[in-house]
Amino acid sequence: MRFWGGTLIVWGALTGVAWADETAVQIGDAARGEQLFEQCAACHQVGEGAEHGIGPHLNGIFDRKVAQFEDFSYSEGITRARRDGMVWDLEHLDAYLNNPKVLVSGTNMEFAGLKDPQDRGDVLAYLRQFSASPQDIPEAAPTALAEEFELPPEILAIVGDPDYGEYLSTECTTCHQVDGEYDGIPVITGWYEEDFVLAMHAYKEKIRPHPVMHMMAARLSDEEIAALAAYFGALE
Amino acid sequence: MTVNRRTFLGASVAAAATLQAPAVLGAGKPRVVVVGGGAGGATAARYIAKGSKGEIDVTLVEPSRSYYTCFFSNLYIGGFRELSSIAHSYGTLASQYGINVVHDWAVGIDRDARTVTLAGGAVLPYDRLILSPGIDFVEGAVEGWDVSAQNKMPHAYKAGSQSELLKAQIEAMPEGGTFAMIAPPNPFRCPPGPYERISMVAHVLKEKNPTAKIIVADPKPKFSKMALFQEGWGNHYDGMIDWIGPDFGGDVVSVNPDAMTVTIDGEETKVDACNVIPAMKAGRICEMAGITEGNWAPVDGRTMQSRMDENIHVLGDACAQGDMPKSGFSANSQAKVAAMAVRAALTGSKMFPAKFSNTCWSLIGTDDGVKVGATYEATEEKIAKVDGFISQTGENAELRQATYEESIGWYAGITSDMFG
Ligand SMILES: Cc1cc2nc3c(=O)[nH]c(=O)nc-3n(C[C@H](O)[C@H](O)[C@H](O)COP(=O)(O)OP(=O)(O)OC[C@H]3O[C@@H](n4cnc5c(N)ncnc54)[C@H](O)[C@@H]3O)c2cc1C
Ligand code: HEC
Ligand code: HEC
Repeated sequence: MRFWGGTLIVWGALTGVAWADETAVQIGDAARGEQLFEQCAACHQVGEGAEHGIGPHLNGIFDRKVAQFEDFSYSEGITRARRDGMVWDLEHLDAYLNNPKVLVSGTNMEFAGLKDPQDRGDVLAYLRQFSASPQDIPEAAPTALAEEFELPPEILAIVGDPDYGEYLSTECTTCHQVDGEYDGIPVITGWYEEDFVLAMHAYKEKIRPHPVMHMMAARLSDEEIAALAAYFGALE
Repeated sequence: MTVNRRTFLGASVAAAATLQAPAVLGAGKPRVVVVGGGAGGATAARYIAKGSKGEIDVTLVEPSRSYYTCFFSNLYIGGFRELSSIAHSYGTLASQYGINVVHDWAVGIDRDARTVTLAGGAVLPYDRLILSPGIDFVEGAVEGWDVSAQNKMPHAYKAGSQSELLKAQIEAMPEGGTFAMIAPPNPFRCPPGPYERISMVAHVLKEKNPTAKIIVADPKPKFSKMALFQEGWGNHYDGMIDWIGPDFGGDVVSVNPDAMTVTIDGEETKVDACNVIPAMKAGRICEMAGITEGNWAPVDGRTMQSRMDENIHVLGDACAQGDMPKSGFSANSQAKVAAMAVRAALTGSKMFPAKFSNTCWSLIGTDDGVKVGATYEATEEKIAKVDGFISQTGENAELRQATYEESIGWYAGITSDMFG
């Protein structure tokens, strides 16, 4: 199995852990973030006169609806997230930079992700300077701390029971066609198991948007998610 | 000791063999008969056949060669779908899943002999029987109406020719004419159905006959997604729809199909088209089988077995199970639990805890979709709601459009889940 970066971060109030302790006042070090942004700069511009490149410009990204530029051609996946109402708050930016395709299936952002939470905090602190009114951003309050919530390797390592997965999958196939095409509801067969597990946990934690999937994922246990990942992953 | 035990065992095996040909090892293939090829029955037949890989003999009894889904039949009335797009045949279930599809009516059930008699005279033995016959109407529910009046005042609550008729009558209304709906009391098939229909009728009239009026007489003070519908009616069809609840006599109604009049709380109105949706009960075959209590057939949600006969499972609209609404989604969800329980009983396959869910989308106007959904689990007593959500009033147009498009995806999903 490939390593997949099994981290989801939930930005919550006050229960600070790990790096957040040292950065209680800021989300990160903007100067360091500027350097790290070089990794993004091949595709993204930011600052005065920034234009779209391979990726859209990132001025005013905070608290903006995802994928909102009409003059940029986004992937279908991120367009769907916009229609579901996803907004670039700190939590979602962090999740996206951590692992773009776990948050947005089929995103055009070909970027493996910044695995170190400190790096993400720093880049975001840098980008925040280019958002018009950072004072309006609730997460920018001094108390906005990160509650890190890792999907421990044990969860990713659970070997799903395909029989159980098959039974559980029957609940999904009312909406997700097993051998159909995108028809208003995405196809979920043939995914890497890890991607599937992470995406389902992202629904369970309500980081991915969508009320139906929040509800469906809410009652699935770790074992059940693994079983579903095994079952759907094996289908073409 | 040994002798006694052997004698005892021998006797019981012999007795079982003669009395009921148990569906276990060596006694030939276990037989399942499914009555009704709709949302519940087609799904159950397909899942049993698919899961048992030929170990169970599955017969599906359904009079129609084409099943018209009630879901999306309102969209047909509104001009968003063709009638042919909601018709489905049983070909794949027969050819690909080896299901024996018999186009006939079940007219009798002998629970002691475990047989189903068909109108054509055939007698089908079963080890397990699944009934998913949908609904019939309670006689005398709307004064002045009975099924013989269904061509003058259609119910269109079973899809197909009734939907066609209603659509034609709406389109033939004179300019500025009046459309009336008599809405049903709870519980009934598809709680948002009548109100989605009103939206679709209004959509047609707004385009073709904008001065026409719509009256809804409703015995219920509240209905499914009420705030969403009322908001949408205000947005799209302002002033066209007059909803009369029980506070204003919506529950005191009679109709005269020959004179085309509707009388609400003593006041008679001449109407140009009238959709009567009477009170409902389980499909008649349940009553004939003697497994109903009141209007519906009570079941144990853990397996969907009838509370009155463990060899019969009842699915969908016909059963009384607890908190789930009577919908195609619910029937499909229940069918999977029943299929698992039937396979476990007949072939010893694994049994997992029953889980159910439901989501109902409704279209209010062009690209204006809303939804409501919930998850459920089975307790000893009933199917109980776990969690749920509903669309909010004031949502933006993009989200409403996404919701509508999602419903199209769901339609493709559930129909391929039912018919293969
Ligand atoms: C206008 C409208 C809109 C709706 N919209 C939605 C929606 O958007 N989403 C949703 O989930 N649900 C919707 N529904 C509800 C949905 O159609 C029903 O809940 C669902 O079809 C119930 O499935 P069932 O298997 O119980 O019955 P049905 O699907 O009605 O199937 C019953 C079948 O049994 C057959 N049958 C009956 N008696 C016998 C007999 N004696 N012998 C042999 N065969 C028999 C009938 O011919 C029929 O084909 C809607 C309903 C209506 C009326
Ligand atoms: C290889 C090119 C590439 C790299 C490197 C890259 N991105 Fe992107 N990014 C994209 C593309 C393309 C999109 C549009 C995504 C889509 O359509 O799915 C995008 C989208 C985004 C968005 C969402 C924009 C919107 O309008 O909703 C953000 C935020 C973002 N990138 C931030 C970053 C940051 C920060 C980095 C560096 C840590 C980075 N990206 C690295 C190509 C890239
Ligand atoms: C009521 C319909 C419905 C049911 C049932 C349902 N889903 Fe979904 N699912 C959706 C919709 C709609 C989306 C798209 C959400 C979005 O736009 O972000 C989705 C998205 C997904 C995705 C992400 C796909 C992508 O490309 O982004 C996965 C994975 C998924 N569902 C898995 C499941 C599993 C597993 C089950 C069963 C336990 C299930 N779903 C049951 C409607 C449903």
